[in-house]
Amino acid sequence: MAAPMLANAKGPLDGVRVLDLSRVWAGPHCTRILADLGAEVIHISGRALVGRREVTRETAKVLGTYPDNEPGERHWNRNVLNNDMGRNKLDITLELNTERGVELFKQLVAISDIVIENYSPRVMPNLGIAYPALKAIKPSIIFCSMPGYGPEGPFQHFVSYGTTIDPHSGLASRMGYPGEEPHMSGNAYPDPASGMFATGAILTALFARHRTGVGQHISLAQAESGAALTGEASLGYQLSGEVSPRIGNGHLRKAPHGAYRCAGDDKWIAISVGSEDQWADFCEAIGSPEWAADGHFAMLADRLSNQGELNRHVGEWTRGKNAYDVMWQLQAAGIAAGVVVNADELMNDEHLNQRGFFWMFDHPEAGTHRHAGQPIRLSETPARHYRPAPTLGQHHPYVLGELLGLSADEIAELEETGIIGYVPLVRER
Amino acid sequence: MAAVSNRGSQNTGALSELTVLDLSHHVAGAYCGKLLAAFGADVIKVEAPGEGDGARRVGPFPDGKPDPEASALYLYLNTGKKGITLDLSSDEGAGVLRELVAHADALIENFAPGVMESMGLDYATLSAINPRLVMASISNFGQDGPYRDYRADTMVEMALSGQMYVNGHPEREPLSSTGYQPSYQSALYAYSGIMAALLARDRDGHGQYVDISIQEAMASEHQFTLNGFTASGSIRMRAGNRYGTVHPTTIYSCKASNGRPGLVSLGISDPTQYVLFLELLDMSDLLEDPRFSNPQLCARNSVEFDALVRPWFMDHTAEEIVHALQDNRIPAAFVNEVSDVLEDPQYESRGFWKDVHHPVAGNHRYASLPYHLAEAPPVYERANLLGEHTDQVLAEKLGYDGERLAGLREGGVI
Repeated sequence: MAAPMLANAKGPLDGVRVLDLSRVWAGPHCTRILADLGAEVIHISGRALVGRREVTRETAKVLGTYPDNEPGERHWNRNVLNNDMGRNKLDITLELNTERGVELFKQLVAISDIVIENYSPRVMPNLGIAYPALKAIKPSIIFCSMPGYGPEGPFQHFVSYGTTIDPHSGLASRMGYPGEEPHMSGNAYPDPASGMFATGAILTALFARHRTGVGQHISLAQAESGAALTGEASLGYQLSGEVSPRIGNGHLRKAPHGAYRCAGDDKWIAISVGSEDQWADFCEAIGSPEWAADGHFAMLADRLSNQGELNRHVGEWTRGKNAYDVMWQLQAAGIAAGVVVNADELMNDEHLNQRGFFWMFDHPEAGTHRHAGQPIRLSETPARHYRPAPTLGQHHPYVLGELLGLSADEIAELEETGIIGYVPLVRER
Repeated sequence: MAAVSNRGSQNTGALSELTVLDLSHHVAGAYCGKLLAAFGADVIKVEAPGEGDGARRVGPFPDGKPDPEASALYLYLNTGKKGITLDLSSDEGAGVLRELVAHADALIENFAPGVMESMGLDYATLSAINPRLVMASISNFGQDGPYRDYRADTMVEMALSGQMYVNGHPEREPLSSTGYQPSYQSALYAYSGIMAALLARDRDGHGQYVDISIQEAMASEHQFTLNGFTASGSIRMRAGNRYGTVHPTTIYSCKASNGRPGLVSLGISDPTQYVLFLELLDMSDLLEDPRFSNPQLCARNSVEFDALVRPWFMDHTAEEIVHALQDNRIPAAFVNEVSDVLEDPQYESRGFWKDVHHPVAGNHRYASLPYHLAEAPPVYERANLLGEHTDQVLAEKLGYDGERLAGLREGGVI
């Protein structure tokens, strides 16, 4: 199932070197794509930011992200969240609050193409490695910064996560039960969404650099990605004078349109019926029960105004049925329907597996796990499964030794003086 | 050419050497084309004569009156494009498109799988005409596999990508969103796929095919969901208006002010922030309570926790809370409707909203892009009218004369 189709093809970003100072999800999602596409992504972390020193079995169980809930001797190398984001990347540690750390970072900048960071806007200037300083070292460097709110404006210093950007940007206002408050994404959606914008911006800057030789600064505000992804709604408000209300899983131009309970524990089927033709097909597919022929539901306008009753009938029809049976039956009749899959069903989805979507990674400390693959499917220079996520500091010898030319003694000295290391530092309160 | 253009300013953007054929409809392909146009690519939107892109019929419309030239969905998703009409289902129309392909760098389409082939416009045919062509197809489930021909919309994509299951209240039905997020995400993957293919073309000399599945786009945007399962077999569940693993990462009710409902967002996940937060509320004693000693444990006892902090929130407005918390480096934010975001001072300070004039819809403020490229500032021009540039494009690119154009028009091809 592991992917490489054209084993010898070079990735489209082969030869591109990325210094990745990003953390959590938005930035790492972007650099994961760059790495999948063949870039040499060097993830650089300060050891105080790697995570807490101790992870008890109790905590591991709550988080659920350590293999078999066992944090192991070096939990930082076993966290599957990090290993998912870290696949295909290299890893070094570097304390950037030290002179020597900054010096080494600058030497790496001189031989790299892209720097990406998602710190708050004061961090990079405080460390003396803001864009102007790096541009002076390497004029063709592409530098992407992606703080929550951007490096200017009244909220520039606000601390943020995807979970707070979601309501601030208006995204959460587009989800919610009828008449209720905005509802947060259960999945911190603004994070990967911002990562996608960053990826596009970086590739655009690389394309421009191929022509002009000039690098540039990319300034991305994660809060703006949510507003860009609801741009049709903010324009619609200006045109119509109305903000469309929260209507749960309802739809302004389709009915029935919703999630209906099926047989089993917390099993649901999403069914979407739009046109009159689809309604006729739907009625036929479900064996045209009496209510389907009811004049109450004949035309879309009728179905929309009698939605409560309609949804009750559809829900009664699905209730005792297997969700997959309903999906197969309705899709065979050309009706949009999908099982509301949980993590288990998603990873075992027949279609995704036949397309080879999931990639298997065999990690030396975390074991073998399947992860989401790369949705960017390129016919000639495919995204690849190059290597599992690195362990903390695994690539000191390559990056500091081979790339920067430090001797083994010099690298050992860096470790002795705490500039690099293999174990997280205790976080200071 | 003297033709009236919506592309008033000279494009000197990062992508100004590129010509893109945009055969999109609705959201997914259209947003991808819009992004390429923003950086100066010459994006030619190809629509069916007469009716055009279905997004023209969706709205919202000015004063609620349907007008194919004033649908918010179309206007937003097609900024900066040239518009031509071409009946691709006719042999002659498909033939014109194949001629245009010879002049194109990229082509975007989001028809159902098999439709391009049925019109003689599949990648094998087009790449034989122009080996340097990068062609991107966006579809619900990709170009192969058992669900290839399945029907879907936003909600069904949210369902089959595992996103919907984790949205909503645990005791109630899972929630989709009313926007178009799966389509938008697939557009972003397609954009990066096209850019990567163009970079590879610089090196390898030939184009390639990009197959983007909306389901895969959304299935790749999981954090705890897939990793929790692959690591320990745990299944992430809906948690209501909460993040589930840490608390208080949630939306709280608070004191209403300035006619806005009292709601505020908190994103506390870090123990340091959690301690500071309880200090601020003068409730540090909760740290001694084993139910609430850190954000993870608090998440498991969030109902009890919320009841304890509720009085403090109801005593303060969102404005007071956000600033008090942020002054202590604790993540908090406003809860905005899209109408509020238009007035938000932060977006204003970055010049996020762009004034765009459209001859039918009028002057409005459009969301721009969340990033600035210092050396390649994007341009924001209005959406094309239906068939606005048909004559101009076919004359400039293919050298068609007035007679040829009149013939195509009579035949209903353009």
